[in-house]
Amino acid sequence: MGCFLTNSSVGKKLVMSISGCFLVLFILFHMSMNLTMLFSREGYNLICEFLGANWYALAGTALLAAGVAVHFIYAFILTLDNYRARGKQRYAVTVQEKGVSWASKNMLVLGIIVILGLGLHLVHFWSKMQLTEILGHHTFELELNGATENISVANGALLMAYTFSNPINLALYLVWFVALWFHLTHGVWSMFQTVGWANDTWYPRLKCIANIVATLIFLGFAVVAVMCYINSEAYIAEALELQLLAY
Amino acid sequence: MNFTLKIWRQRDAKSQGAFETYKVTDISADTSFLEMMDILNNNLIHEGKEPVAFDHDCREGICGMCSMHINGHAHGPSQAVTTCQMYMRKFKDGSTIVIEPWRSAAFPVIRDLVVDRGAYDKILQAGGFISVRTNSVPDGNAIPIPKKDADESMDAAACVGCGACAATCKNGSAMLFVAARVSSLAKLPQGKVEGARRAKAMVAKMDELGFGNCTNTGACQAQCPKSISIAHIARLNREFLCAKLQD
Repeated sequence: MGCFLTNSSVGKKLVMSISGCFLVLFILFHMSMNLTMLFSREGYNLICEFLGANWYALAGTALLAAGVAVHFIYAFILTLDNYRARGKQRYAVTVQEKGVSWASKNMLVLGIIVILGLGLHLVHFWSKMQLTEILGHHTFELELNGATENISVANGALLMAYTFSNPINLALYLVWFVALWFHLTHGVWSMFQTVGWANDTWYPRLKCIANIVATLIFLGFAVVAVMCYINSEAYIAEALELQLLAY
Repeated sequence: MNFTLKIWRQRDAKSQGAFETYKVTDISADTSFLEMMDILNNNLIHEGKEPVAFDHDCREGICGMCSMHINGHAHGPSQAVTTCQMYMRKFKDGSTIVIEPWRSAAFPVIRDLVVDRGAYDKILQAGGFISVRTNSVPDGNAIPIPKKDADESMDAAACVGCGACAATCKNGSAMLFVAARVSSLAKLPQGKVEGARRAKAMVAKMDELGFGNCTNTGACQAQCPKSISIAHIARLNREFLCAKLQD
């Protein structure tokens, strides 16, 4: 078993498929969580508190990190295999084949953009929230209106509004979401093909499902980021008030 | 019609190759591509030069020998035909045509446009056959096979093993070829008996010979002269994974 998952081309692809499926499910969960921000900043903070440095959240984070690592490492192993298989001599003339999507040929590049975006996201949010709590602190410092404020690690609403009040951050996150959209338009239907759950009747349906999932995820994340940018002042004021009431 | 041909010339497997430019004139629009190559070679021989080496045999789209990468397409820009079935009317008068050999590490160039496709034979020898005793030819109706299965098996059996799939794939993957062979036998009662062993043996041999991993771009299907569907790859994945899980 272990052998075919590491030595066989189909086995390695199965690992990519299952880890990818797990990551898509997590992204859908994260997106649903983020959407709460649009309706209730208080509700969003309650979720942040629930997913702090508790044992289940830490176990989930470790599992997620493992999923990302496996997906990323296998992507590099497969790409390296494929590079060798292609040979040193390349075609002088190449064309875009009919029906072949651009995303399907650039999954690694898109994946690298997604990973870079994830790094930025961890610096902006995870390092200030869950990591701070793991290190035994309950607040982090934030520059607000020229003064340094101590913000609760569970005040995700304030941190999100603060982060997206900066248009550069908003632009970087939108690029990240677009790369994720492209990655998922191929990745989602491809995982069904890899496990063998596909045929000529289902290809158009699977590709349609992939486009819907990718678009829902893009819109779900992008809408929250844009709304935070537009309403940043109001959201920050409201989140500061919530913190005063809570502590 | 007149054409400028840029053709890959390579003395042997160890030599460095390069493109050489030739002119062919007064070519009839109804000349087949290989006949045009014959005319060029005739001219070269008259000029005391080495003719261009290229593979060909049946010249009616059955043997799959005429492996050429023409203007960025395996078997040229015509859809669902081999090089020998393509006519010069497909090209613009006065245009330049770039002709290259298959580029894949598993298909080393032997000379000019001829590559060694012995790797496909080795994959077939690993399991692309039925070895169970079937005795003499049975009565046509003795083993009823559903029409759908018979059609799918025949569609897969249309594969001529030309190598266009691996040569087109950006990963140098031979999955479409292996899938077509596995699928054509797996859909028949005689072939089902050894289905699990066949899928495992052929995938193992494919990996051993250095072919790449399938990333489901679908480029192989788009360039296949027999329009073999990637649905057969899904079936191969299914057969292989089920066989491995039953081990």
